[in-house]
Amino acid sequence: MNNFSRRAALRSFALVSTAASMLLTGGVFAADDTVTIGYAIARTGANATGAGITTIPNYELWVKTVNEAGGLAMPDGSKRMIEVVEYDNRSSNEDLVRAIERLASQDKVDLILPPWGTGTNLAVAPLFAKYGYPQLAVTAVTDKAPEFAARWDRSFWMLGGGHDYATGLVDVLAAARDAGTINGKVAVVSVADGFGIDLIKGARPAFEEAGFELVYDESYPLGTSDFAAIMSEAQASGADSFVAFSYPPGSFGMTKTAQAMGYNPAVFYISVGGAFPIYPGIAGGKAEGVMAIGGVDASSDAIKGYFAAHTAAAGNPPDSWASAITYASLEMLEQAVARVGLDHAALAGELSTGTFETVIGAVKLEDNQLRDLWTVGQWQDGSFRAVSPADRAGASDPIIPKPEW
Amino acid sequence: MRRYLPIVGFLVFAAAPFAVSDYGLGLLIGAVTYVTLASAWALFSGHTRYISLATVAFYGTGAYVVAVLNETLPYGLVLIIAALIGALMALLVGLSTLRLAGVYFVIFTFGLAELVRQLITWYEVNVTGTLGRYIFLDVTAREIYWQMLALAAVTIGLTAFIHRHRLGLALRVIGDDEVVAAHAGIPLARTKLLAFVASATILTLAGAIASPRWVYVEPAIVFNSTVSFLTVIMALLGGANRLWGPALGAVPLFFAFEYLSVNLPNTYPIVLGLLFIAVVFVLPDGVLAGIEKLRARWKRGAA
Amino acid sequence: MLTTTLILGLVLGGTYALLALGLTLQYGISRIMNLAYGEMTLAAAFVLVALFQGLGLPPLIGLLVIAPAGYAVGWMLYAVMMRPLVARAGTSGRLEVDSILATFGLLFLIQGLLLLVFGANFTSISYLTHGVNILGVPVALNRLIAFGICLVAGGALVIALTRTRWGLALRAVAQTPNSAPLVGIDVNRVARQGFALGTALAAVGGASIATYQTFSATDGVIFTMKALVIVIMGGVGNVAGALIAGLALGLIETFVATAIDPGLTLAATFTIFLAVLLWRPQGLFGRG
Repeated sequence: MNNFSRRAALRSFALVSTAASMLLTGGVFAADDTVTIGYAIARTGANATGAGITTIPNYELWVKTVNEAGGLAMPDGSKRMIEVVEYDNRSSNEDLVRAIERLASQDKVDLILPPWGTGTNLAVAPLFAKYGYPQLAVTAVTDKAPEFAARWDRSFWMLGGGHDYATGLVDVLAAARDAGTINGKVAVVSVADGFGIDLIKGARPAFEEAGFELVYDESYPLGTSDFAAIMSEAQASGADSFVAFSYPPGSFGMTKTAQAMGYNPAVFYISVGGAFPIYPGIAGGKAEGVMAIGGVDASSDAIKGYFAAHTAAAGNPPDSWASAITYASLEMLEQAVARVGLDHAALAGELSTGTFETVIGAVKLEDNQLRDLWTVGQWQDGSFRAVSPADRAGASDPIIPKPEW
Repeated sequence: MRRYLPIVGFLVFAAAPFAVSDYGLGLLIGAVTYVTLASAWALFSGHTRYISLATVAFYGTGAYVVAVLNETLPYGLVLIIAALIGALMALLVGLSTLRLAGVYFVIFTFGLAELVRQLITWYEVNVTGTLGRYIFLDVTAREIYWQMLALAAVTIGLTAFIHRHRLGLALRVIGDDEVVAAHAGIPLARTKLLAFVASATILTLAGAIASPRWVYVEPAIVFNSTVSFLTVIMALLGGANRLWGPALGAVPLFFAFEYLSVNLPNTYPIVLGLLFIAVVFVLPDGVLAGIEKLRARWKRGAA
Repeated sequence: MLTTTLILGLVLGGTYALLALGLTLQYGISRIMNLAYGEMTLAAAFVLVALFQGLGLPPLIGLLVIAPAGYAVGWMLYAVMMRPLVARAGTSGRLEVDSILATFGLLFLIQGLLLLVFGANFTSISYLTHGVNILGVPVALNRLIAFGICLVAGGALVIALTRTRWGLALRAVAQTPNSAPLVGIDVNRVARQGFALGTALAAVGGASIATYQTFSATDGVIFTMKALVIVIMGGVGNVAGALIAGLALGLIETFVATAIDPGLTLAATFTIFLAVLLWRPQGLFGRG
């Protein structure tokens, strides 16, 4: 161990000197015939899991797809290969901010792709604005998106806010209650984190307005691993609908706990994680009827093709919420570049006003936000299908009550 | 001549923002932040050998105070309030942990950051109903850098002052043997408390100064325990009981990690782990002590 | 409602206690405060899943493989990494700080390796998830099994420590490491056994967690923290104390979640933990 450690120490000193020389000479230089695209994403730390599921595979798939097709098309019809500059932000906003500064001021990359997460996208928004890069913030759920889009006019917010998802869910439940399939009582739990709070704050008034009674309404801390107490309270509350504004560990834990205790509410709704490809496995193959945030039009050919390509490249299918939108945002970027080139102002203008053909259909942003969102999805026949908004083309009918576990 | 070296160095660093790119400035801010953190940490832990993992409890609190107050109060006042809150918190923690030594102190400080985070989360969720706050301040990166540089200078100056002062001697005796220290008539409690509060106040202020760069603040972001770990390893690598030790540990480590995040993005924890182990086995008293030992051996060999 | 709280709390507490047994042994006997403990449990959890999914080995059989493997790994770790520190420290108090820093390094090292090998994804298996009715309260079978393992392992350990010669040697080293050699005890060997046994228990704890909980490569610190809380409450090195404290913590968390506010469960844990540290650093059941 001693020798080994000494070697490690020596190696680290070698690293230091290389780091110093790197500082002086600068990083990557863009050759004229390539387009450099940079991103600083969490490879390690708390955000690594989310980034690894939703963001990184899509960035890699897109770059691979574009380069295999000969490169990024320019307005003059030429094609330029994409060269990627990637940094690990270690799930720390300090490192993230510095990495973006590096991409913009040192590497002078042509385009920067955003990091994963609401807080991280907000942290880098002033920098994207300062350097003029368009920011296609996909994995950021915030009700303040309109404010942010106005504050930073080259930022685009593509995943809506807590309010959208809360009202989408209430619409589904209200329809079922009016049809007499469920009662007017709801048990809701939320994770004590920016996301959970945003959703529950949107949901409380929406439920109330629709005439629902929240018979159980509690928050639980991030990092909770045992849900037996919470679930048994929810079960005892007499509600037909169980709603959890949760993160993946909670979504999975609650699913397992509900199965073990034989808790079979007519509506079982969880949030992040419910649309992950691993969810049916976690639910022991009994995911049928489980509702969760997000959804895709699983019968559309574009989505089917995207799922197949993702599976081939990453080894697993994408999640059915933000993944497809992430990929769509990259397609928008690709098409915008083909129309107006790499000038940031022109690109931002085109993204803001143009219409784009993507895996999630034709996309046109409103006030720099994607408003055509699937808010609630449900596992049906092994795929996660969007059920709300019900009047949008491609929506499936919800199955209520959910079949027993 | 040697006495003026720090002053010249300070002036060079203060002028540096005019010569570097934005990324260079970002690097300088990061490096100076960790110099401040490691030096402030060593102010208490270096001599007493109490390993504190509560760095981020104070650092995060500083950032949070700015996030809460930045819209209602002028920036300068917010900084002062942050420092006061940090000092008050340190006083409470210090008073209650005076009995703890060794591993218990380490564990207590480890738990403290987590408790602070849980309590703030619960308060925000249930009382204010907002989790996640925004810091929209017109503080430029240069201003942050200069503030942080000034804080670093103050920290190191204070350390130098304490080293020469009776307090430094008292801390050193405590670090060697608390029983002896008590017999020698050193007021154990007051000495330790004084150093702890001074150290924590600087840590809190550092968090407050750094926070405008983050824009969005929530407990999970500001109470990132990696900050505590990095601070410890940086101070120990350089030599926590020397004036320039923490700074000498912080700068190379900071650049090493920056290099890693670019060239080996997946291996950061592995390298960090190996470094920790290497420090314990190879350089238990820090690089400075190691160099001195080598020098002494060389001299003996020459003679 | 009270029976529900009691039963759910006890089952939860059993899993907590199982998690803490190894840590209390490692510190009590070997004097190593192992902050990489959670990563060790996590590594075992990943191995169990790999055995289950890759080789189709049922988790309960996997457990029988993982426990001795954990012992071997712990044995080697002690011999290679901890022993030099112990030797260097001698009788000074330096070992505590050194071991904390070294195991910190180990923490990051293992976490980094887990990330490299298993990736950042959430990992989970479905195994014996159906509920069993206990006094009208449905409890998942996998959690009951974990509870059973905890009782068996904890009980066996308590008996071994109090009733056998080997246990006597272990306790002698734990209480008076300096005079144990006087009565012919090989302190180094006993300390190594203690550390290895602790690692084996960590592995068993991790493997049983894998049967009922979703986890990812960065979760280790959570486990370490939980185990630390229990070890401190029960008294460092006190196996029976850790068992009782683990069960108590499970009951407290469940009670807080049902009667007060689920949002305060973790805050309650840390408050109790810090209070115990301040009030009785030797643990609730330690000798005062």
